[in-house]
Amino acid sequence: MKDNLNFNFLLDHLESSLLAAITDRNLQNPLMVGIHTGGVWVAEQMHHRMAIAAPLGLLDISFYRDDFSQIGVNPKVKPSELPFNIEGRDIILIDDVFYTGRTIRAALNEIFDYGRPEQVLLGVLIEREGRQIPLRPDCAGIAINLPSGQHVKLSGPEDLSIQIKTIGQAG
Amino acid sequence: MMLGTELQLTAQGKLKHFLAIEGLSKALLTEILDTAESFTGISERQVKKFPLLRGKTIVNLFFENSTRTRTTFDLAATRLSADVINMNIATSATSKGESLLDTIRNLEAMHVDMFVVRHALSGAAHFIAQNTAPHISVINAGDGQHAHPTQAMLDMFTIRKLKNDFRQLKVAIVGDILHSRVARSQIKALNILGADDIRLIAPKTLLPAQIETLGVSVYHNMNEGLKDIDVIIMLRLQKERMANALLPSESEYFKCFGLTAKRLQLAKPDAIVMHPGPINRGVEITSSVADGEQSVILQQVGYGIAIRMAVMSMAMQTGGTGV
Repeated sequence: MKDNLNFNFLLDHLESSLLAAITDRNLQNPLMVGIHTGGVWVAEQMHHRMAIAAPLGLLDISFYRDDFSQIGVNPKVKPSELPFNIEGRDIILIDDVFYTGRTIRAALNEIFDYGRPEQVLLGVLIEREGRQIPLRPDCAGIAINLPSGQHVKLSGPEDLSIQIKTIGQAG
Repeated sequence: MMLGTELQLTAQGKLKHFLAIEGLSKALLTEILDTAESFTGISERQVKKFPLLRGKTIVNLFFENSTRTRTTFDLAATRLSADVINMNIATSATSKGESLLDTIRNLEAMHVDMFVVRHALSGAAHFIAQNTAPHISVINAGDGQHAHPTQAMLDMFTIRKLKNDFRQLKVAIVGDILHSRVARSQIKALNILGADDIRLIAPKTLLPAQIETLGVSVYHNMNEGLKDIDVIIMLRLQKERMANALLPSESEYFKCFGLTAKRLQLAKPDAIVMHPGPINRGVEITSSVADGEQSVILQQVGYGIAIRMAVMSMAMQTGGTGV
């Protein structure tokens, strides 16, 4: 099975949801951080749309994964870049797909190794049902439920689009 | 070759032990350099740690003195969140006559995960790797006159950082090649990574026999050897290893093979000067060069931490499917 979700539609939805959450939670002059790779693509779009003045932060959570002992270290890990001091700041953390919650756990652990932010708001393009730990996004472009044999992925960075594929199927 | 190196890799071709450069592919050396690159940003964080080796126990087993190497191994392990035990061999049971294998067996019984070994005998780290429990990884932190692979890799990392492409580079290794395990590992790494020209500059008495077979050119004259060089690696004159009088005097050595500001001008204007330390100022290098603009000696020390983090984390992965 192959399906497409409209990227720009989800981006619009995520943006309005984030703007409402920023007001609700009274975020002050927030910083934005994207999780490598798909999360960075979404964050680049959102950073531009929301006209955030501080540069975008990039997070590669490979060194914080809980499955390191099974899969080892990937030499292509890009060092995370948070080109600002996060101490006491409000942060909008962006990822493309939220599924089990493990990536976000790793990302939060890494963020707190840079300092102690005041608030962290999590925005994702797609929230997929299947949480394995008690974390969930504050804002999502869409919430979906897929059979376990399927995989949802943002492809890019040119012509960003969302693909749903059955694991093991080519294409 | 005196030491088999197939022991270093798992059946899947992943690093299990890091004992020597020989036997490793260009792809694996590049993987070590790339992994180290991703660790370099850690010093800018508030918490200078990654949780990769949390819950692992690493034993620094140094049967020979070391300051820089042991400290950077210690820091590297700590930054990967491992627990580190520094065995002080001088006050341990080894000095009471316990054999190396008995020491290892006892440490294994304490459920350690990795040994970082420095020993005055060539092959010591290899011997431990061969005889230790299967889950334990061994890193060679210098064995006799054989190898010092993490030093060679941090030197390669320094060169790649500052000079990019090995294929264009002329590299001179100067000084006491005979006693230098660092030089042996560097020559192998430079050859594997494809350096254009590797020159050894040393008096005949400080060169091993048939060294040319390693793919290097040999010079006995500093002024000739330094011409058009991109990278100069100075070696320490290892006085403690010189049982026989191989040199007339230190001052004579300095006159012929010491790196002075004037001699440095024979190299390319943007040449970098490296030294694995500790430096004998006024014996192999003048202070003005060691502390000068072209010196990258202190950068090497910093990169040593990233390289040791890379090697340790790679050796501790169990080699799953990579999914």
